[in-house]
Amino acid sequence: MTQLKDKAPLGKVIVITSGKGGVGKTTSAAAIAAALAKRDFKTVVIDFDVGLRNLDMIMGCERRVVFDFINVIQGEARLKQALIRDKRLDTLWILPTSQTRDKDALTKEGVEKVLNELKEQFDYIICDSPAGIERGAQLAMYFADEAVVVTNPEVSSVRDSDRVLGLLASKTKRAEDEGAEVKAQVLVTRLDQRRIDAGEMMTIDDVLEILAVPLLGVIPESTAVLRASNVGMPIVLDEPSAASRGYEAAVARLLGEEVDTQTERDKKPGFFSRLFGAPA
Amino acid sequence: MSLFGFSFRPRRAKSAKTAKDRLQILLAHERSDGSEGPDYLPMLQADILAVIRKYMEIKEDEVDIQMERNDDVSSLEINIEIPSAGREKSVTSTPLRKRAGLG
Repeated sequence: MTQLKDKAPLGKVIVITSGKGGVGKTTSAAAIAAALAKRDFKTVVIDFDVGLRNLDMIMGCERRVVFDFINVIQGEARLKQALIRDKRLDTLWILPTSQTRDKDALTKEGVEKVLNELKEQFDYIICDSPAGIERGAQLAMYFADEAVVVTNPEVSSVRDSDRVLGLLASKTKRAEDEGAEVKAQVLVTRLDQRRIDAGEMMTIDDVLEILAVPLLGVIPESTAVLRASNVGMPIVLDEPSAASRGYEAAVARLLGEEVDTQTERDKKPGFFSRLFGAPA
Repeated sequence: MSLFGFSFRPRRAKSAKTAKDRLQILLAHERSDGSEGPDYLPMLQADILAVIRKYMEIKEDEVDIQMERNDDVSSLEINIEIPSAGREKSVTSTPLRKRAGLG
């Protein structure tokens, strides 16, 4: 669990991506980063959505942004000045992006330089990708060692995820240079067990059969997600909920731990959750 | 609709109020800043460095700028590590606290 402080940082880059917007990338990036930091890994989460930054709001540090990722890339500020330390976990840091500039401000060389500098200090570098497959999304995934593809059990989201998996396999540094692959895993979010039971929503197995990549975790639709974003708290730092347990399990798997999937996947909702909606 | 919401659900959703407050503060700043927004900060930093360098030697790394935006006033805090005489790096840090109506 705990890491020796003298050990060299792991320097692992993980991209949180999806293709489609609104599936829960930023929520997932914040939750995964916070869950890693809770386990004492020094973690930084970077917003790649230039011009439409939102990670700062989800992390609750929107009032503390002075310099950003773009300032660092363009040599206007030092990395140290742009990093914001989380007020709740001292192992968690945020690198916000610019709200005023556009995606052209991101350069491959600039991103690489910043990531290399971060790798010397952090165990995990979580890249929160913008939606789409344009420049911002491509640069967010380009230097990744691993990828978490966030997918809703819904046709357009699964289709876009498939497209993104194709890009991860071809348009990344690992794919280009070493012939090695970026390890990609699917995180299914906004799962509604009642609708699956009613035959109205694809099951996890349906999604996995189509995408043919390993499952990192399942996050049920939960009222706790909106509550956490309202108050600017990563979901795993807020009150326990089905969603926070889902993210904790996903992070355990990300770290190579064996987690029983059956408990997550086949749990039938109880009487109250059937009556009042998904359990919080 | 809001009438019914008011009379039948007096227990308001606390987190929704927090969300609205956070957005109002943030957007008030973003709108008043315009698209050029906080982009003057790097220049401000460079100017401050230049002025301080007229009097003493400091490194860029030894400057720390923090901002805290609030409803009525924002504070910009600039911490500059000043090397003490004789030693290259010191533990002394002099906070220059500046109140600025940023936006």
